[in-house]
Amino acid sequence: MNAITPRNAPGNTPEHAYNFAYLDEATKRMIRRAILKAIAIPGHQIPFGAREMPLPYGWGTGGIQVTAAILGPRDVLKVIDQGADDTTNAVSIRRFFARVANVETTTRTAEATIIQTRHRIPERPLTEGQVMVFQVPMPEPLFRLEPRLAETRRLHALGDYSLAQVRLYEDIARQGESGSAYNHPVMVGGRYLMSPSPIPGFDNPKLHNSPALMLFGAGREKKIYAVPPYTEVRSLDFEDHPFKPMRAPQCCSACGSATSYLDEIVADDQGGRIFVCSDTDHCAETQGQ
Amino acid sequence: MRPAFNDPVFGAQESFRALMEAMARPGRIQRCDVLPDLPEALAPSAAAALLTLADAETAVWTDATGEAREWIAFHTGAPLVADASKAQFLLATGTMPALATLDAGSDETPQDSATLILQCETLAEGAGWRLSGPGIEHEHRLGAAGLPADFTAQWAANRQGFPCGVDLVLCAGARLAALPRSTRIEEAG
Repeated sequence: MNAITPRNAPGNTPEHAYNFAYLDEATKRMIRRAILKAIAIPGHQIPFGAREMPLPYGWGTGGIQVTAAILGPRDVLKVIDQGADDTTNAVSIRRFFARVANVETTTRTAEATIIQTRHRIPERPLTEGQVMVFQVPMPEPLFRLEPRLAETRRLHALGDYSLAQVRLYEDIARQGESGSAYNHPVMVGGRYLMSPSPIPGFDNPKLHNSPALMLFGAGREKKIYAVPPYTEVRSLDFEDHPFKPMRAPQCCSACGSATSYLDEIVADDQGGRIFVCSDTDHCAETQGQ
Repeated sequence: MRPAFNDPVFGAQESFRALMEAMARPGRIQRCDVLPDLPEALAPSAAAALLTLADAETAVWTDATGEAREWIAFHTGAPLVADASKAQFLLATGTMPALATLDAGSDETPQDSATLILQCETLAEGAGWRLSGPGIEHEHRLGAAGLPADFTAQWAANRQGFPCGVDLVLCAGARLAALPRSTRIEEAG
């Protein structure tokens, strides 16, 4: 094994004023303790003392803290926002870690060891050497059904998810299908109802038996949870109304893919629309082939 | 006093990644060898795990005495408690405390349960127990020597209480493997 050369050794980093990866060591320890318990109890939300970060709530403060607690000098970091590497949120978080941790960053899914994401899972199948870090706005899947947090904790303890099932039943009774195209709740390991974060239903099946570890961080709500590799993750559904991941029926107008998840883009002022891959790395790779 | 991590930031980070990988893939052995100069009673992987996770906010129990106990108290800064059931982290260098006597958390807060770092004689992959559960695709095999004779019975009772339960980190020398409470153990048949 090669010895680590600390990439943030004095003179080697642009940011001497901060600890490696911005957070102090006591905070990292607290987050690390929460992460290990989260892995041991798949799908259960662990409260943690989320810190103020140098960007506003809603911009991925939870995900950034999880990434900062696990990140090391040998990691290669990829950050995506709705699948894209080149949007404001992804660019600023990638720059943040390049600056405070001096880590290597990439836009290639295949090269990354840690992928921080807002609302997508990459198209390319993940591997055992990768860790996904999700930015989560609202970790509580029962939030819109039961506003009292003390009560939702009790419902999780009892495994009583009838509220969510009734909600799904009513959606199906009224409109023939689930009302949630994204953030569709999942059962993890047959025990905990979990918010997959606002990923499209299209990505829900990728949570099931994934070779990669999945970590979820909610900064404003101060919760961390996890799905270990090779864990059963089932989207909430009924036997006679199985969960159907949705995808626009078009092909990508840039790479022609008929299987990737598509964004709809207004192309002109005549109401013309085109569809392109939401995963920019996947699209570039398909175009290169 | 013997030293802790050469580099507190990267020593802890490297140890944590080994722990996280071990916890996420129960029964897979990780190497954690960042503490070359330790009191004799402490295994490098066990000491690194405790140093990575424990601090002034966590109650620690250990059966280590003398220099090893002083090393733990000084470098972690954690309050050492005499009652194992009150500890958030435990480091057992000799006999394993009975799992049923440790804090298993509650139904609403199963994350408050204890983590037991247990030094054993040897760890080997590919033979021994058959492990299944979250983190394991088909089956992982793990062999550990030097555990109590009724270990698998104790573990089955611990597993029964899921989501409550104790999480275990097994350490032998610089090698460690973890058994989160969700893991099922079958004796080799």
